[in-house]
Amino acid sequence: MIGPNHYLFLSAIVFTIGAVGVLTRRNVIIIFMSIELMLNAVNLNLIAFSAHLQDLAGQVFVVFVITVAAAEAAVGLGIVIALFRNRETINMDEIDLMRG
Amino acid sequence: MDLNYAALLPEILLAVAGILLMLAIPVLPSRQQVRLGYAASLALAAALVTALLQWGDHGPAFFGMVSMDALGGAARILFLVSSAAVALISVSYLKRERLRHGEYFPLLLMATVGMSLMAVSADLIMTFLGLEILSISSYVLAGYRRGDPRSNESALKYFLLGAFSTAFMLYGIALLYGAAGSTKYAGIAEAATQGQAETATFLLGLGLLLVGFGFKAALAPLHVWTPDVYQGAPVPITAHLAVGSKAAVLITLLRLLHQVFPASADQWQTLLWIASAATMIIGNVAALTQTDVKRLLAYSSIAHAGYILLGVIANSPRGAQGVLFYLAAYSLMTLGAFAVVQVFARREERFTKLEDFRGIGYRHPLLSVSLTIFLLSLIGIPPTAGFYGKLFLFSAAVEADLVALVILAVLASAVGLYYYLQLIVLMFMKEAASPPEPVPVPLAARIVILLMAAGTLYLGVYPAQVLSIAGEAAGL
Repeated sequence: MIGPNHYLFLSAIVFTIGAVGVLTRRNVIIIFMSIELMLNAVNLNLIAFSAHLQDLAGQVFVVFVITVAAAEAAVGLGIVIALFRNRETINMDEIDLMRG
Repeated sequence: MDLNYAALLPEILLAVAGILLMLAIPVLPSRQQVRLGYAASLALAAALVTALLQWGDHGPAFFGMVSMDALGGAARILFLVSSAAVALISVSYLKRERLRHGEYFPLLLMATVGMSLMAVSADLIMTFLGLEILSISSYVLAGYRRGDPRSNESALKYFLLGAFSTAFMLYGIALLYGAAGSTKYAGIAEAATQGQAETATFLLGLGLLLVGFGFKAALAPLHVWTPDVYQGAPVPITAHLAVGSKAAVLITLLRLLHQVFPASADQWQTLLWIASAATMIIGNVAALTQTDVKRLLAYSSIAHAGYILLGVIANSPRGAQGVLFYLAAYSLMTLGAFAVVQVFARREERFTKLEDFRGIGYRHPLLSVSLTIFLLSLIGIPPTAGFYGKLFLFSAAVEADLVALVILAVLASAVGLYYYLQLIVLMFMKEAASPPEPVPVPLAARIVILLMAAGTLYLGVYPAQVLSIAGEAAGL
């Protein structure tokens, strides 16, 4: 029988994969995908709790999270394009004009 | 409990104004676009008047998603004043840098809506939405100098680390929801008193929530993004990030910890104790070697967040009062300092090195004297706002038996003395290296600088009035 704990473990694993991806990858787009992975792990968590608690608030929250993630994606890709036009790179290691 | 539109009138006003301004962009001829800035300032002034009229209102609205109280009311006024100052110094900035006025002001208004919503929120969903409205607008504003690679870099770093921290915060909220069965502040606080506070899910959720807030408020060791982002962003936006955005996060953190998580005080006090000590030390020590004034002020703002945490850790109404008074003082002096830097930087922000301030003392008395007032206040020397701010914060912390942390804070501010004074010495006691170059001071910027200087001195001489407002907001 699949209970809420299974979903929580899956969500924790997906979240960890995302977090490790953000910290280890250098390509901005892949870092960005990893963040989306983390947000979706949260969504999974919220839905599992929502089903377990028989409470709708969690599912409403998921809709908000998806909306915010979409807005973030739009802004994030816009920033990447602006950067690429000036620097012709999306490698985090080369994006270090400011030091001190 | 019902829909009560009037409670959120200032926010609704700002949001509508933001949308109208955005619609006006394609219609207005490009020479007229400068008016958008003044329209935005008017909208902020109108919202400020509404917020002042609503001071003293209490009770829930929007089905318990938000709740009006003195803390939210005071915070809202602070954010509106801060954003109005930012809007005023932005008009001449955008004109000088030949940037489009169009999207800038709607985004600034939306960021203000987000800050206000965070302050009056009574539900983690609302808090999250407010924070994201603020953050997403700020990501764009940080990269507003599209042709400048430093601004691009600033926006990208802010965006990536901001989104990363949002994910942590959301994971924390999800766990809290699972443990408490509700996202409402009241529901979580009630569940915590009924034994949930001891469960692993609840504590892990609280910890992740704190990590998210730590990122957004630039608390060490989660502050690494701050100097780069502040240095690369346009100066008025740096002021917005250092003042409005930071104050919104800290006030929300204060409300959450004092009102929702008092049952877990032992755990979060330990965590924040370490964060506060690290933030004060790292902020002040790293500022010592800076050569760029924007970067210097970035580290200074990190250090000040460390002091403000003292009042949060005190976990008492007196601590909260100290936090609010300090935020008011900090906002005035930091906004003033950034207004001076904005004017002094001139086209393309060429003059932001500390060396550029060498010998300007007698050449530009308005800028140098007001900057000196702001720097003295940041140090905490009477008769300026910063002195009473530190006094109230530290005394509240001593009452709460945080003596060791207060000693650390005093030592850290002594380190701060060096780098603030260094700038004053450069301005007044060194010979200028290059022949003088005129520094035009636009009227709006001049008004902001003078108002902030007057406010800094006023709070340093007559702190009683603002202190009593802060006390009311803190529930004293």
